[in-house]
Amino acid sequence: MSLLEVSDLRVSFPTADGLVQAVRGVSFNVEAGQTLGIVGESGSGKTVLTQTLLRLTPGGEITGKAVFNGTDLISMRDDQIRKIRGAEISVIFQDPLTSLHPLYKVGWQIAEMIRNHDRSVSKSAARERAVELLARVGIPQPRQRVDEYPHQFSGGMRQRAMIAMALSLSPKMIIADEPTTALDATVQAQILDLLLDLQRESDTALIMITHDLGVVADIADDVMVMYAGRAAERATKHDIFYEPHHPYTKGLLESIPNSSAAVGRLKPITGQPPSLINLPSGCKFHPRCAYVMDRCLTEEPPLAAVGDNGVHRSACFLPASAAGLTGEAEELRRQAVGSHRHGDAAEVAQAIADSVDTTEGSVI
Amino acid sequence: MSDDDALVRVDNLVKHFPIRSGGLLGRTVGQVQAVDGVSLTIGRGQTLGLVGETGCGKSTLARCIAGLIPVTAGSVTFEGHDITNLSRRAMQPYRREIQMIFQDPYGSLNPRRRVGSIIGEPFAVHNMLSGTARKTKVQELMERVGLNPEHFNRFPAEFSGGQRQRIGVARALALQPKLIICDEPVSALDVSIQAQVLNLLADLQDDFGLSYLFIAHDLEVVRHVSHAVTVMYLGRIAESGPKDPVYDAPRHPYTNALLSAVPSADPEAAASRQRIILTGDVPSPINPPSGCRFHPRCPKAQDLCSQQEPLLEVKAGDPPGHETACHFPVAQGETFARAGRASRTGTA
Repeated sequence: MSLLEVSDLRVSFPTADGLVQAVRGVSFNVEAGQTLGIVGESGSGKTVLTQTLLRLTPGGEITGKAVFNGTDLISMRDDQIRKIRGAEISVIFQDPLTSLHPLYKVGWQIAEMIRNHDRSVSKSAARERAVELLARVGIPQPRQRVDEYPHQFSGGMRQRAMIAMALSLSPKMIIADEPTTALDATVQAQILDLLLDLQRESDTALIMITHDLGVVADIADDVMVMYAGRAAERATKHDIFYEPHHPYTKGLLESIPNSSAAVGRLKPITGQPPSLINLPSGCKFHPRCAYVMDRCLTEEPPLAAVGDNGVHRSACFLPASAAGLTGEAEELRRQAVGSHRHGDAAEVAQAIADSVDTTEGSVI
Repeated sequence: MSDDDALVRVDNLVKHFPIRSGGLLGRTVGQVQAVDGVSLTIGRGQTLGLVGETGCGKSTLARCIAGLIPVTAGSVTFEGHDITNLSRRAMQPYRREIQMIFQDPYGSLNPRRRVGSIIGEPFAVHNMLSGTARKTKVQELMERVGLNPEHFNRFPAEFSGGQRQRIGVARALALQPKLIICDEPVSALDVSIQAQVLNLLADLQDDFGLSYLFIAHDLEVVRHVSHAVTVMYLGRIAESGPKDPVYDAPRHPYTNALLSAVPSADPEAAASRQRIILTGDVPSPINPPSGCRFHPRCPKAQDLCSQQEPLLEVKAGDPPGHETACHFPVAQGETFARAGRASRTGTA
């Protein structure tokens, strides 16, 4: 049994403008000691998804299951989930400055977390534990630092303090929500290294939410790419980067500048991510997809297996064989599209081609 | 680069911000040495990429070049004219030639003004075009940057992040400047949108012969857009030169570390390359370290580094223009990482 089994999780928020369908049926498993990378653009539902696991989405209408260690997090009573938060599953947020209280000493904030879950720990013992944790995450002179305020810490050190706090109760799983996005490259490398080291020591599962494919390539075992509240593709890291099947994954990979494409133009994905209130019909990616086919306009593709390892799944109607970035795969995609594009789908494809021209061609 | 090719020359630019005591007299008690002796050249129709970590002075340098803040010492020359610390009136004609695009597409557009009036603002400031002529011109600009000209009367809130950044680009383009300073223009955008804006900037450069000073912390983005690159560390230039030698054979240990720290979206490449994980944070620019400012974090530092400041010069074997400020530059293929993946990294 997996540590965490999420099945058909749906979260929506009723608003004055309509129902925001933030998460629309997501299923995945996380094993102990494993790192799952969740990649997606802003508004793809990745943060709502993970916050829902800890029921940090008040006002959301939640259906589906998230079974952690044998119990369902979604149907749990409030006092039960409070015992899970921090102790069994902890979260590291993106912005370490706003997630630390500015008026309390860093050590106090770590000790508070420990004492909140176990009143039998004395204040001095909790403080000692805070010093140990700060030392473990690589903060120099932890005995002095424990009595400093967050503003006396640099960005990287604040994030280390957040990690120390997340570790304080030896959780089984850590959710890291864009933990390095606010940091410089050299500090980001330090923090990613630290997370990997700690994970290796304690066999903790890690869910890493990021928009940066480079971060995923660095530390994830498996990757889930999200688009408009659903998983577009799920696979091992290798398959996502070298055998992508979903055109969105492929588009993401092609739109990042890298050294091999240092010259020439980038290949962006045209258009904008959809509004979660007015989702397009059929496949939610079809208005931006260069491989749009007839059925994409009316049917939403299920997350179906690609390849034979059983792990690689993609929500796209293109044939399973058309995975990868090679010319061969491209030819297969073209063939599939060629025989399945008529009428409305052809119009959508034309509109996509036109938008490439207008944004890139005309001159004043 | 000969004089004719240079659009902007920055010579030994220094910008110190005084720190005043809180008392009645407000005595100066220290200096934030944000930019401390930087020289660079931006060629016509070229893009100079400026990289470095938070607090290394890259945005301050950009603001000095744009004439938005007075400089402490040194000079900025635009097309042969010294524009250092000009009076407001004397600077006016150069303001048309130098425009900026900012990082935050949410904070840099007035939320209460319509897009047409935001893009038309430069014409109002410079008393150019009015009425229908201005509207026509603004709509042309909107079309050029890939916005629907019919959205002239909308408010910024009605646009997505990528579209807002296009509004910023249209505004910068309005007066047909020669230089656009792009301060982290794509770092707030999603990956798929980032590529759209980068392509737009490249097209505009081709069409109008624009020069860019392109500031970013994303080294792959800078590599993609730049002709030349300058790496700054704590107010000084660590390394600078044409793009390829700097990226392919970096000589300064800081450049090496910076390049190796960037996560690559290629798992196999990521696993095979040498990673140099720097310890610690960038020191304070109020009390920068003695000698080479990088020495407390440098894996190759020796005694000399803390005593003597290295000069920015072309090292033996490097192509002309590739300058490095280091006493012990990194040789090609040299390994000097002191902490790799397997071992525990040092202190924060």
